[in-house]
Amino acid sequence: MAFPLQLSVEKRTEDVPKWLPAATSVGSVVAAFIFSGIVLWLIGSQPLRVYEFFFRATFGSWASFSDTMVKATPLILVGLACTVAFKMKLWNIGAEGQFYIGAFFASLVVLVPLVPLDSPAIVIITFMAVMGMIGGALYGFIPGFLKARFQVNEIITTLMLNYVAILWNNFWIFNQWSDAGFQMTPTFERSAWLPRLSDYARQYPAFSGITLHLGVLFGLVAAVVVWWVLQRSRWGYEIRLIGDNPNAARYAGINIARNIILVMMFSGALAGLAGMSEVSGVVHRLQERISPGYGFTGIIVAWLAKLNPFGVVLVSILFGALIVAGREVQPSGIAQMIQGFVLFAVISSDVLLRYKIRIVRTTSSESTAGEAA
Amino acid sequence: MNLEVILHAGLATGTILLFASIGEILAERSGILNLGVEGMMLFGAMAGFSVSLATGNAWFGLAMAMLAAGALSLAHGLVTISFQADQVVSGLSLTFLGTGLALVLGNGLTGQNAALIPNYDIAGLASIPFVGPVFFKDHSPLVYVGYLFAPLTWYYIEKTRPGMHLRAVGEKPVAADTMGVNVYRLRYFYVFIGGCLAGLAGATISLSVSPGWYSAQTTSGQGWIAIGLVIFAQWNPLRAALGAYLFGALRRAILDLQGPRMILGFTNPLFINSNFGFFLQMAPYLLTILALVIGSRAAMRKRIGAPAALGEPYVRGERGL
Repeated sequence: MAFPLQLSVEKRTEDVPKWLPAATSVGSVVAAFIFSGIVLWLIGSQPLRVYEFFFRATFGSWASFSDTMVKATPLILVGLACTVAFKMKLWNIGAEGQFYIGAFFASLVVLVPLVPLDSPAIVIITFMAVMGMIGGALYGFIPGFLKARFQVNEIITTLMLNYVAILWNNFWIFNQWSDAGFQMTPTFERSAWLPRLSDYARQYPAFSGITLHLGVLFGLVAAVVVWWVLQRSRWGYEIRLIGDNPNAARYAGINIARNIILVMMFSGALAGLAGMSEVSGVVHRLQERISPGYGFTGIIVAWLAKLNPFGVVLVSILFGALIVAGREVQPSGIAQMIQGFVLFAVISSDVLLRYKIRIVRTTSSESTAGEAA
Repeated sequence: MNLEVILHAGLATGTILLFASIGEILAERSGILNLGVEGMMLFGAMAGFSVSLATGNAWFGLAMAMLAAGALSLAHGLVTISFQADQVVSGLSLTFLGTGLALVLGNGLTGQNAALIPNYDIAGLASIPFVGPVFFKDHSPLVYVGYLFAPLTWYYIEKTRPGMHLRAVGEKPVAADTMGVNVYRLRYFYVFIGGCLAGLAGATISLSVSPGWYSAQTTSGQGWIAIGLVIFAQWNPLRAALGAYLFGALRRAILDLQGPRMILGFTNPLFINSNFGFFLQMAPYLLTILALVIGSRAAMRKRIGAPAALGEPYVRGERGL
């Protein structure tokens, strides 16, 4: 006697319902927390207590929510950087390195200095933001050029360049600009700090201790810009076409090599801006480990958001929370493990977008086929 | 700076890259790109070390490392072969997952002393001048395994019947299917073997070549270098072995450069300022890029490409799953 229920799998012929992609993303996050909970339980900790702690440390109060948003800020920018590149199926895994080089270029403004340090804050900060984007874009140019010219796999080159960027920064902070032998530069002038809400605590006492800084606006503006470029501009149309069907793009006369370089530079610029926002808004100097792997988390953010710029903002907040919580809980690596599960769940759930999977009652004629499947 | 020392160390550390990149070659020749090597290696390094610590048997630890990483790789197989998801993204998530799991499960292993795999000499061969001390003296048995492993895999892929099936599945899965080769099963199998070999590479680090558990520093990006080597080697195990040993030797040479005061009659800049060492540390990564550029150009010129179906999910007829 065959089992009376079986899974029926058929290719979707009609359009995917609008709610389904979002639902699979939410479902993936839930599934990831369940799997991670099982691992935590196996190693003898109490998953529910860990998660409760996670929640309190990230959304429990305005101050902790602000911490979450501070961590979400670089993720938004880096997530957008990945979104732009992934839309074209260009695998920029180098946002981490572009972030570091962006931070380096932005710091040059203060450390060299490139502008007189008694200039008004708005001049210095604007200059830093522009330099950060230039730095990231130049660092994105290298793998873009190598791919366009020599067909060198961009995954490996961008990844290798991450290590190079971190070592490059280390050289300068250990050597030239070391603050009294410490592995960091001296603190920047106040005029090079992005304004924070806590700066206004005198007028609005509620803001005291709220570290949210202007960088979050960079992220939100960038989300709108990226959405406009991808969905409304001619360039965005080219990017999407190359991503969906490179052959059609070639027949349509789109210059793919040029777009590889340009998109890589656009992507790098966004990641570089994230680096600038971090040195100018959070650490206020160049130092080691300014990123706990934002560049890599950005990859998951972009994918979980289904390459939707506004989705990136939402997902970044969730992952910002994971970073805040992950910092305070032992063993380290929990946050990374959850991220891995999330990403796996997301890509597995994509199958639901391509196939209709239903539980059906087997009729007697189908029951043998059911066992074979 | 002693050539003998550099080559000896190069063979030892090169063995790590050799196992990892040949594993990746097998997976890629079957048509599945697995970018999760770094994660699988780290997971294997952790599993091997902790099993050896618990049981006191390093060889058992090694076997468990292979199984653990192999099991992890099946997640990639499930998602890319059965669910036909994007292989790039799936591989990346495997790296995240492997790294995260290794860090969580490996918590507390740092500083512990597990049973290790000791080094051996090969009697007779070890006394040959120069060749003996470099190749056959005071090496991990895994290094000796590596000498045989590359030619054997090459022979297997190019000259045997199962090897022919492997190539067929990676180049023209439809044709292979028509000939009665089970494409899905073979792809799962080689993804699993690739995972086992990545685990072996990881355990080679933690149990033998540079023993111990140093969290993410244990592998420090070598999994990615192994993937770069695959392209450099144009999917040929023999070239991969050569590249792996070369890389190993270079890593050691870079370390040794920091020692002497004078190099070729010039004052060693590292003696004036040790921070120049950061630039030297960039060398393996920059060399990987250089190797890729060379490999890609040669492949373009000679029209040797990746396996034709690499990265393409195979869907049998109209049925997907």
